Amino acid sequence: MAAEETVIDGPDILKEWVGKGRVFSKSFDQELYHEVQQFVFREARLQDIHDYDAWEDLWTDDAIYWVPANGTDTDPERDMSLIYDNRSRISLRIRQLKTGRRHSQTPPSQLARVISNFELIKSDNNDIKVMCNAQIFETNLRGDTMWASRTEYSLRHINGELKMAYKKVVLINNNKPIFTLSFLV
Amino acid sequence: MEQYAHSKWKKLIQPGLVHGSLYYDEEIFKEEVEKIWFRTWVYVGHVSEVPNVNDFVTKTIGPMPVLMVRDRNNEIQLLLNRCPHRGNAVCVQEKGNRARFTCPYHSWTFSNTGDLINYAFPDGYQGTDKSKLGLAKVARIAIYRGFVFGCMTEEGPTLEEHLGGAKRAIDQLCDNSPTGEIEISAGFLRHRTRANWKFILENECDGYHPGFVHSSIFSVADSAIGSLYGSDAVAVTRSFGNGHTEVDPRPEFRRRDEPLSWFGTSADRLPDYTRQMNEAYGEERARQIMIDGAPHVMIFPNLFIAEIQIFVIQPVSANESIQHSTAIQFKGAPDINRRLRQQTMGSVGPAGFLLADDTEMYERNQRGLEIRNPEYLYLKRGEHRERRDEDGFLIGHSTDDLPSREIWRHYLSIMEAQ
Ligand code: FES
Ligand SMILES: [Fe+2]
Repeated sequence: MAAEETVIDGPDILKEWVGKGRVFSKSFDQELYHEVQQFVFREARLQDIHDYDAWEDLWTDDAIYWVPANGTDTDPERDMSLIYDNRSRISLRIRQLKTGRRHSQTPPSQLARVISNFELIKSDNNDIKVMCNAQIFETNLRGDTMWASRTEYSLRHINGELKMAYKKVVLINNNKPIFTLSFLV
Repeated sequence: MEQYAHSKWKKLIQPGLVHGSLYYDEEIFKEEVEKIWFRTWVYVGHVSEVPNVNDFVTKTIGPMPVLMVRDRNNEIQLLLNRCPHRGNAVCVQEKGNRARFTCPYHSWTFSNTGDLINYAFPDGYQGTDKSKLGLAKVARIAIYRGFVFGCMTEEGPTLEEHLGGAKRAIDQLCDNSPTGEIEISAGFLRHRTRANWKFILENECDGYHPGFVHSSIFSVADSAIGSLYGSDAVAVTRSFGNGHTEVDPRPEFRRRDEPLSWFGTSADRLPDYTRQMNEAYGEERARQIMIDGAPHVMIFPNLFIAEIQIFVIQPVSANESIQHSTAIQFKGAPDINRRLRQQTMGSVGPAGFLLADDTEMYERNQRGLEIRNPEYLYLKRGEHRERRDEDGFLIGHSTDDLPSREIWRHYLSIMEAQ
């Protein structure tokens, strides 16, 4: 098993930024890899075009949507996060966006995101865990903003379809002041 | 010359009218840095952010970084992070625990009391008085109920004089903790904002906007906040003088007469907290505290206590600011603390249900001022119904511009001074 996996090695500050304890698979199932990628690309598109209902449908009932602040492996039960939504708060977020009076998304941000560097990581349960990088170009009334993240998903097959149980978006500059982030990241 | 400077400010700031340039002119911004941020009391941080000896955290006074340190003697220090040699930073970590700071450039080493301990190759410094080469400090530091303030000048009013009536609001906050102490321990969200700091300052006690700016979340979250800011609300705005203002919703909460209604919950949902409060204050007093709730007070120029969270406003330039926000934690009350964090995370910061939209408004205001006509902003709402409360403080309806007018009155008095 050990030969099939690698962990992040390096100084503490790197572990703080990149995350501790993640075990990357060296071998993987080609078909699963493809399916996971297609899922994430679709999720990205739904976010880019603000298809709120279709995006909300991607979540499982026990979902966690987490965007930490000030690091990668913070404790969301102790530290402030930019977003730390359970399923009902995800739905509240969507309902707010759908009122049409969420001013910071009226007009909605114009978005295009590029997702890459997929790697499957070791999972402690039956969920499929995947990491990837994202770059998001946003333009809105304020101007143009580039966002970049390391993103981690737990995906699960439910009735033959993939669903998201967990999405963690670690913005690379989450230890700095950042502009309003009211689109779905 | 003095006469001229005097009339300049009087022209820019008139009763209920303020000139747009006050929000975008970089020269005015520089003058504010000198006269407000580097001359009057400014909120820096909370003692609980440096709980242990040798803890430090980077804070700011205006655009300038400051190290808040609990030094080796357990004293809170506000040190300036500039090596007296050639100006390098003696610390580039945001926070940590260190007894000494060594400058990376030529290795001068300072104790966390600020004293210079030694420099490299000391025989190059003959007859030098090391005691004059320590890290500079903020001239005055004062702490009120754990809130640490700094003032860059030796002269002037004491912190307690500066806070005046606003002390009641800080006391009211601390009373909501069963231990009488609050903690700032969850780390800050930092929200970069393309707007002048005063748009943020004035928004904090603006009760006119919530019904419109936040209608999206109020309509989907069945929130009772909306009723505080309707035209028939009984909540008031108040000015404590010295630029400190509040929205005081206690009349509304006393009408509801329900403990913890201010927090959108009830005593039976927070049994541990309620029991702790009863034990700490006795049932009658605890009930009153839990009916009145936490304050909504803007302490000039940069500390906003918004019931369950604090915001620290940091000016960057005339057109840019940072809002630092975090949940308040009541020391020793874990069951309410989790809710305080969850509710804060939902509301504030760059992705918050509330603050993303407030910030959108500041940024649109800022861009609006590029349109040069009309020249003045109009802040006269409720001028005709200002009155004094039993303590002699000016109060108005919760939707009135009274807080803005009072902030500008104080601002004028500071900026006119030479
Ligand atoms: S600049 Fe710090 S030791 Fe020279
Ligand atoms: Fe607001």
